[in-house]
Amino acid sequence: MAGSLVYRQTVWMRAAHWLWAVCLFFLLLSGLGIFNAHPVLYLGKESGFAYDNALLEIGARDGAEGPRGFVRILGHEADTTGWLGVSGEDVQAFPPAVTIPSYYSLATSRIVHFFFAWVLVGTLLVWLAAGLRSGHLRRDLWVTGADLRALPSDIANHARLRFRHGRRYNVLQKLAYAGVMFLALPLMIATGLTMSPGADAFAPWLLALFHGRQTARTIHFLVMLALVVFFLVHMLMILAAGPLNELRSILTGWYRVDADAEGEAE
Amino acid sequence: MNRRGFLAKGVAGASVLGLSGCKVLDGLADQEGALHRAVASANGLSYRAQRLIGGGHTLAPEYAEADIRQGQRPNGSTNPDGAEYLALEAGGWAGYRLAVKGLVERPQSLSLADLRAMPSRTQITRHDCVEGWSCIAKWTGVPLALVLDRAGPQAAARFAVFRCYDVIEQSLAGGILYYESIDMIDARHPQTILAYGMNGADLPVANGAPLRLRVERQLGYKMAKYVHTIELAADLKGYGEGHGSYWADRGYDWYAGI
Repeated sequence: MAGSLVYRQTVWMRAAHWLWAVCLFFLLLSGLGIFNAHPVLYLGKESGFAYDNALLEIGARDGAEGPRGFVRILGHEADTTGWLGVSGEDVQAFPPAVTIPSYYSLATSRIVHFFFAWVLVGTLLVWLAAGLRSGHLRRDLWVTGADLRALPSDIANHARLRFRHGRRYNVLQKLAYAGVMFLALPLMIATGLTMSPGADAFAPWLLALFHGRQTARTIHFLVMLALVVFFLVHMLMILAAGPLNELRSILTGWYRVDADAEGEAE
Repeated sequence: MNRRGFLAKGVAGASVLGLSGCKVLDGLADQEGALHRAVASANGLSYRAQRLIGGGHTLAPEYAEADIRQGQRPNGSTNPDGAEYLALEAGGWAGYRLAVKGLVERPQSLSLADLRAMPSRTQITRHDCVEGWSCIAKWTGVPLALVLDRAGPQAAARFAVFRCYDVIEQSLAGGILYYESIDMIDARHPQTILAYGMNGADLPVANGAPLRLRVERQLGYKMAKYVHTIELAADLKGYGEGHGSYWADRGYDWYAGI
């Protein structure tokens, strides 16, 4: 049963959320464009050309009826023509539909990527300061012992698509959001910096931390995949939990809680 | 428009943007366009941030002999075919001279023997290509700072510009020669060398013989191969299309520390 509206998201939080959405959209698509310049991921300090340290490769080779796309992971290969390697007329790892710009231009993809990387970092710093000051981080994202004890029932509720709409995030939400903010995004920034030869000079410990520049590049790619999965689940959960209420909350700050959640402590 | 209508339109707009394969953004590639310039300005921020934190002194990581597991992968031009270059190569580089000119007190003309007679530096470093790959090799050469000291840079000099023998692209107006430039901080950096040796042997043609630049805190395209002239300059307007390097003229960042 629907209860009253509560003010759940501050203007800082909402502005940061939408800036991140824009940043991650551009970072993802420009990043896939950059990847297309050399669509091979390696483990280690360098790329093996005279030896094999590749983890993943997306490529194309000539077939009887034109080029065929393939993905090879640790020596295991699958034909991905139409999706990866070759799609329509385009012979490139990720198809034009998911890259910025839509044709291959490493220079353009790079300037877009670094522009939004700076915006993302700036937004994160402002959000962090605002969140510490307002108590948003401690109150809404900090996972408590009570949260962890509620985990099994929360998983069961999610599995049955039974959502409780309260002022506060449930524990799976907390874990997902905190995982993005305090694990995935810092990892993306740190592995991104590890790929910068300038950053490696003043922070060589990054290379030690990630076992070399090429491993850092691989981790950057894998965390990208994790963020895409987060985005898809995020969209599904919004649809399942009531898209209009969720959208109102992230646009205006006001969220309609369940009637039995109205007395919930702030 | 009510809230519901606004939301519906917003969602529809976002999905159109997604479905269009982002062709609306392709105007970004126009290097003289306002959108491109605004987005590319982030490179200035990266440059200033790296100079602020890294300064002129921090060293690129150096590696051990055991980390050299393969030859240096050649990229870009690998076989210049200009008559002058081919003649120099046929003569074992005996006729090669490196010119150092521009904003200097004492213009220089240095043979390979002159350069080899100067103090040398050997470093095992990682070459990072803008495409994403890396390759570790050992480089031997003369620190650029020593060559510049011989020529005596004038106070107005802000950039070192490197002119090369290789034609990187054929245009309607003829061959476009490769060129690059770095600031005086990188020019004077201890690991910035003019390399004539690689992995314990003479520098091969594919990797830039007889002389190439190593700028270890930047990406591979900054490290000009087949260098014949170094010019010190106050600005980069007078070279190529004015962006400071062949690749910068084609939309790549002039500063490639990232």
